Formats: sequence, structure tokens, C-alpha cells
Amino acid sequence: MLAWTIYLSFGGALLIALFARKQPQLARVLALVTAVAGFLLAVWAFATQTGVTAIADCDWIPAMGIRYTLAADGISRVLVLLTGLASVSGVLFSWNIERRAGEFFAFYLALIGGVYGVFLSADLFLFFVFYEIAIVPKYFLIAIWGSTRREYGAMKLALYSFLGSAMVLVGLLAAYAVSGGHTLNLTALQQYPFPISFQMWAFPLVFLGFAILAGMWPLHTWAPTGHVAAPTAASMLLAGVVMKLGAYGCLRVAMTLFPHGMDPWGWSFLGIGSWRTVFALLAVIGIVYGAVVALIQNDFKFVIGYSSVSHMGLVLLGLMTLSQIGLDGAVLQMFSHGILAGLLFAVVGRIVYERTHTRDLQALSRMHLSRTLPFAAWLFVMVGMASMGLPGFSGFIAELQVLIGAWTAFPVFTILAGVGIVVGVAYTWRAMQTAFFSDAPATGQTAHSTESFEPITWAEKTGVLLLLAASLVVGLAPRILLDQITPAVLALPHALLSGGRI
Amino acid sequence: MTPVSYGDIFRILTPETILEVVSLLVLFVDLAWLRRASQAVRMRTASLLGAFGSLLSLLWLLPNHAAISAMGGALVSDTTVAALQAGILGLTVLVLLLGIRERFSRNPGEYVALVLLATTGMLLVAAARDLLLIFVSLELLSLSLYVLAAFAKARAASAESALKYYLFGGISAAFMLFGFSYLYGLAGTTYLPAIAARLSQLPLSPIELVAFVLVAVGLGFKVAAAPFHLWAPDTYAGAPAPVAALIASGSKVASFAVLIAVTAALVPAWGWTAALLCMAAASILLGNLSALVQTSVRRILACSAIAHAGYMLLGIAAHTTASNQAVLVYALTYALTTVGAFAVVALVERSTGSDRLDAFAGLSARSPLVAATLLVFLLSLAGIPPLVGFWVKFQLFAAVLQAPAATGWGLGMVVLAIAGSAVSLYYYLQVLKRAYVTASADSSPIDVTPLESFLLVLLAAAVLVLGLFPGLISGFFAMF
Repeated sequence: MLAWTIYLSFGGALLIALFARKQPQLARVLALVTAVAGFLLAVWAFATQTGVTAIADCDWIPAMGIRYTLAADGISRVLVLLTGLASVSGVLFSWNIERRAGEFFAFYLALIGGVYGVFLSADLFLFFVFYEIAIVPKYFLIAIWGSTRREYGAMKLALYSFLGSAMVLVGLLAAYAVSGGHTLNLTALQQYPFPISFQMWAFPLVFLGFAILAGMWPLHTWAPTGHVAAPTAASMLLAGVVMKLGAYGCLRVAMTLFPHGMDPWGWSFLGIGSWRTVFALLAVIGIVYGAVVALIQNDFKFVIGYSSVSHMGLVLLGLMTLSQIGLDGAVLQMFSHGILAGLLFAVVGRIVYERTHTRDLQALSRMHLSRTLPFAAWLFVMVGMASMGLPGFSGFIAELQVLIGAWTAFPVFTILAGVGIVVGVAYTWRAMQTAFFSDAPATGQTAHSTESFEPITWAEKTGVLLLLAASLVVGLAPRILLDQITPAVLALPHALLSGGRI
Repeated sequence: MTPVSYGDIFRILTPETILEVVSLLVLFVDLAWLRRASQAVRMRTASLLGAFGSLLSLLWLLPNHAAISAMGGALVSDTTVAALQAGILGLTVLVLLLGIRERFSRNPGEYVALVLLATTGMLLVAAARDLLLIFVSLELLSLSLYVLAAFAKARAASAESALKYYLFGGISAAFMLFGFSYLYGLAGTTYLPAIAARLSQLPLSPIELVAFVLVAVGLGFKVAAAPFHLWAPDTYAGAPAPVAALIASGSKVASFAVLIAVTAALVPAWGWTAALLCMAAASILLGNLSALVQTSVRRILACSAIAHAGYMLLGIAAHTTASNQAVLVYALTYALTTVGAFAVVALVERSTGSDRLDAFAGLSARSPLVAATLLVFLLSLAGIPPLVGFWVKFQLFAAVLQAPAATGWGLGMVVLAIAGSAVSLYYYLQVLKRAYVTASADSSPIDVTPLESFLLVLLAAAVLVLGLFPGLISGFFAMF
């Protein structure tokens, strides 16, 4: 049943590409219907299913033992739910796209279909197929409908993604050859005892390949430029969902298949004695670096772009804790960041930018947006608080769990990550203050401050409501998600929960 | 001395015979009846007749092949050979039909007759297992292609491309023949399996290495592998579009088939594998890197052809049943994709008069269908799933990694190849960026006939469906 999220999205994309190229309204409605249908399926599955559910399983390429296998566990269902939320709100925030609207929604739905596919695949080959399907639509969404340096941003993003997936492909092929070439089923491969020497190079290769897409420092540079160049809906999806593909791949493929790749090397250099420490260190650098860089940006969207790098660092740190609470926190943070990044990009890229036509913080400061656009101002206050990790919103519980998990494994890193979170408060505060609540005098050329901006549309309000409600619900009652996540985390290989081999 | 079975020879050669007869028929019809007809009518008649002849040959091949050999094993027919020949014939049909509106030639009859002769050469190359026969059929193929490349007499570029093709081709053929003579001297036979048996008993001698290098020059030229690739960009850029498509498709398939056959004879000696690997690495690097700076789409396709040849050479060097099969599947599907890409290039050239990247600007607005098929072809060449280009790469690299002969170099070369294909996305996206992103001043629709649309959609659908259901490809081989 959940497989229909994939089929519906691709079907919707095809329908729009074939029949609604010239009718923007029809394309929009079709896209919304498709996205809502996918979302409802995701909600249904989330509400009714527990444990691991098989969705589809049939022969695909019998000669190589590759099967078309879809399955969902708690982690998949949470991320599918996130995809559903992001896709619906993305369509709503793209409601004003007029130019080549048919093509826009066709590429958009194709991307969504690929993302659903990744989260539901239980065969590594199928996983990879969906993973790569998601690359090309991203390129076109940014290059055609984007803004600042769109062609550069789009190409950079596509090449980084493709580089990452090339690394994953090498690992995948090697794992296939080493395990005898009978199957690529994830559960079966998980049981295969890969030699430790093999895991020692396959793990970092595959992890790094996926981590590129998760925005890990120092390979994060595609993320800010790509997010800034992208049209609002694409930034929402990129930051909200596509980066999660990377983190999900790290967890589901790299860590699950090659858990001993995180074993200690037997020697250490400056206290770094295993790939696990290396990646935890890079994650922490990402947290602090992203936050500090976000603090000095003048482009509002770059602030959000770098904040994504910082928040995704928390996800990666959570993964490297190798403890139940840390992994719980990582998955929860994926969900939370997906929602909040979507909201932030919606405020900055759609609600503010489409009305003021600038993202420069200094220019915005002269517009007195708290008076002229109170909706945007108060929305940003709420989302900003959520993004800082204030209790009551989804970010708080996620960050708390990650930090608790990290404390036992990497106390120093945890403190640094805490510093990064504090800097997060600072950059959010600064952006909020400058963009919305500044009392800089309006200069002559920014006569906008007196004229009234066009009112907030129903589509924007609905999208905001959807995402904000999701963040609040999860923040107030994280059990709803954790009840799904925890059993799935507990079902991961023991090595991932026991703090690794010391 | 066993008696020669002329019946078997004829049975194996019937598809070739049909092609020969039809090529004469095309010449006759064109010269005898249509002398006063308009250029377009003559081209249409000749192309349709040629396509019909190839189809006839293909239809004969489907039920009437058997695992037989003739002339003491010099000429074989088995399931793989038959499948390859069917593929080559199908590619010729497509090339002829897609070129039906070309106006580069004042002698359509001769053009089609030469295409059929070249196809005959390809079929023979695929079936030959004897050095002499291989050389003769390769020359039949090459000589026809040299002439075809020069067929657009009104364009200097065509003459230049043919001259470069011919000079490189002539020299490399001479090298190859010289290498064959050494092999004969070493083994005392021209029959490939016998050479294999003899070479496996001999220690590797310098003369053998020289022979390998010389043979590698000749065959490397045919598959456009670096460092013998220099002709490819100029020939692809200057030759008439259907001819370039033929060189890139059917000729490639046939050349890879013969490379596999020769490798089977030479692989017991490590020198041959080393030669193949050197060519593979050079092709992957040079092909992908030189494509980055091209501004002509035909040249991009030529550079990408060099890179793809590099990937396939890895499979040949690994030399297992699975990897050979993977190479053939790769070559066939690559040829199919390239024919489609060249058809789009030809359409754009006819409308804008140029194959430069900028000529593709705004293609998606001018003709959504053509742009969409180009998207499918190029993404398949880049190896993006779910298109067939991804699947064949996966199968090929998996086969290389599993090959016992490749334990020393398999992983390193596969990493190089995958890195190369990651780079390749950049230049394919350069073309697609023009087609989809850049706006064009000229928004008039591109002139496409229903037949061309149909064939393009058919090709794109094949690329997609074969990628979604790769079992169909082995189904194709199982038909024989």
C-alpha cells in the first residue's frame, strides 16, 4: 500500500508532463492532489503499522539475484511521513509559479517519487536506483527556476551528489562481489560476515558518499549555494528531505552493512583512533562551522543554508554515538530539521522574498517588516525559536537526545556541539532582529516600507499551518514518533547500539 | 583435409548474401529508374529499400540460425553471434530510416549500397574466428565507412573527416596486419582457438609483445580507444549524421565482438591484458576529460564514445563469460542510445545549421518531444538509473569485480571508471542545460516528421524499458 506513494508520484509527474504542460492551474492541482494522496498514505501507514512491514517483493533481475523489495520499518515510516509533509507544503509554497509550471511540477514530483523510493527500498540495488533518480530533477529545478547563480549552484549540487553516489556505487559493487554475487537484499547482506579488512575501507567510502548529501563538513559546500540558488519549494525539499537521504543512507547502508568499519584502528593520532571518531569530529566541526558562518551572512537565505549544515551535523553526530538514545535523537532530528528547514526556507524564500524581492539583511532591516509583514515576522519568531531548540518544539527533544547520547562517547565533542547550538541562538536572533525588528530608518529608495505588500495567500497559510503544527505536535508529544523510531533502532545490528567495539 | 561444406558456408552467410543482393538492387533501382526523380524521392526510395533489405536479413536470421561453423571454424554462427548480427541489422535499419530526409548526397543509391556493404562487413566481423577473415571483413567495413564519411561532397568538413579517418585507419590496419603476421609466425596458424592453444605453451617472448601491441593498435583504432582515438572527434564532427551514427553504433558493436574473439586467443599471455588495461585507462581519462571542454555536441558524443570504449575494454580484459556477455550488452545498448542521440543532433542541425551547444538552446520549448528523448539518451549515456545505461554499467563492473583474472586490478580500474562516469555527468548536463534551461531567441518549432518522432520515441522507450526490465536484454539473447 505504501508503495503507492512512489507510483503515485511518478505517475503524477508523467501525467503533468504529458497533459498539463501548458495549463499551470491544472498542473498545480494535479500536483497537489498527488502530494496529498502520498501524504495521506504516509499518515495512514504511520498510524496503523508497527514493526517491519513488507510492501512488495518480486523477482526483478533474477540472473544477478536482484529483487524488487520494498519494506518499511519505523524509521522509514517517520521519514516517509516527513516526505509527505514536505511535498504537500512544497506544492503549496510553489502555488505562485507561473513560468513553465507544468515542467516544474513534473520534475518536482519525480524528485518526490525518488525520495519515497529510497526510504522504502529494502534491496540495495533498488535503493541506489531511487537515490540516483533524485539527482537529475534537482538539477533542473534549480537551474530553470532558481535565483542567485542558479546554473552554478545547480551544477555544483548535481556533481557533488553524483560524486557521492559514485563512491556509494563502488562500495555497493564491491560488497556485491565480495559477498559472492547472490543478492543485494539489505537484510541478507547485513547477515553476511564481511571481512574486517574489507569493512575498514568500504565503511568510510560509503559513509562519506552518503554524508556528502547529508552536508558533512568539509564536503558541505554544495548545500548553501544549492539551497540559495533553488526556488523555494526545491530548497524546502533539498534541505528538508534530500539531505535526509544522505543521513538515512549512512545509517541504513554504511553503518548497518559495515558496522566493524567503525572499530578502532589499533593506533591513534591526536586521539583519533577510528573512523567513528573521524566522522564524529567532522560532524562537530560542521555544527560549529555552520553556525559561525551563518552568524556573519548578509544574505538571509545563506543564514538558513548554513544553519542546515549545522543542524545536519547534529544528525551525523547522533549516528556516530552508537547508542540507542543517540540514534533515536538522530532520526528525530532528521524529522525535526526537515520540518523546520522547510518552514525557514518558506518564510525567507517565499513569504518575504517574493514580496520584498531582496534577501539582503541590511535592505530588509530598512523595511520594518514587523509592521508591514507581521505574519512573516511572527512566523519567523516561532520557527526561529523552534530552530534554536526551545522546549515545546521538535528540535529540543532531538538535540537533547543527540547530546545525551554523545556525552558518554565523546564528551569533548559534546561540549563543542553545545557551543554550536548556542551560536545557533545567536545567528537566529541576529537574523530575526535585523530582518524583522530593526528600527533602522527607511531610506528614500526603500519606499516599500510605506506601501503594503500583497496579502498572505491561502496556500501559504495552509503550508505554514501544516509544518508548524507538525513541529509543535512532535515537540509536545515526541512519543508519537519515538514509538515508531525506538523499536526500529533497537532492531539495528547490536554493534550499532552497544557503543561500538573499543 | 576435410571437405569444404559449401552448404554450411551458405547457411552462415545468407544474411550477408541478402544484404549484397539488396545493395545491388538499390543501385539498380536508383540508377535505372529514378534518374529523373527528385533528390528527395530517390533518397527515400533508396533508404526504404535498404532498410527493407536489412529487415529481411534480420527476419531470415531470427528463425534460421544454428550453432554451426564453416571453413574449419573460421566462420562461426552461434547464439551470441546471431544475436549480435541481429542487433547490428536492427541498428542499420534505424540509421537508414532516421536518415531518410538527409540531403547531403546527390547519389542516394550509392550511399545506401555502401551502408549495406558496411553492414555486411560488420556481420562478417562478428562471425569471423580466423585472422585472415577478420582482417578482410574489417577492411570491407572500414573501406565502406571511409567512403561514406566523405559522402557530403559539398562540405569540406566531410572530406577532412574522411581523410583523417582513412589515414589513421590505413596506418592502423597496416600495423594490425603486421601484428597478425607475427602471430602467425609464432603460432603457425591463423585460426584463433589454435593460436590460443599454441600461445599458452610458449613463454612470453618480446616478439609476442610486439605482436600484441601491433594488434592492439589496429583494434584500438576500430573501437576508438585512446591512444588511437585521434580520428574520432573529427570524423564524428565532419561525417554526415547517419554515417557518424553508423560509425558510432554498428561498427562499434562489430569491433567489440572481434576484440572479444581475439582476446579469447591472446589472453593466456598477460601482455595482452596489460595492453588492454593501458588502453582502457587512457580512454577513460582522455575521453572524459577532453569532453569537458568541447563546444560541439558531436565532439562531445565522440569523446564520450572514447570513454565508453574504455569501460568496455575493462570487461574484455576481465574475460569471463559474464564479462564478455556484459560487454556485448553494453555495446548494443550503447549503440542504440547513440543512434538516438545522433538523430536528435541531425534534427537540430537541420533546423539551426549547427551542432554547437548553443544551437540546442531552447530545444524544450521548440520541440518538447525531441528534447525529452535527448534527455533520456544523454542521461542513459551518463549512467543514471532507471535508464539502461546504468544497468549495463552495473552489470559490467560487477562482472569485472567478480572475474578471477581481475583480482589484481579490478577494483582500481572500476574506481577509475566510476569516477570517470561521475565526471561525464558534467558534459551531458551541459547539453541538457542548453536544451532545458537556456532560453532561445528562436522559438519556432523544429521540423520533425511523424516517422522521426515515432522512431525517437521508440528508441527512448527502449532505453527506458530495457533499464526498468533488464531481463528483457537476456531475453533478446535467449531468442537465439
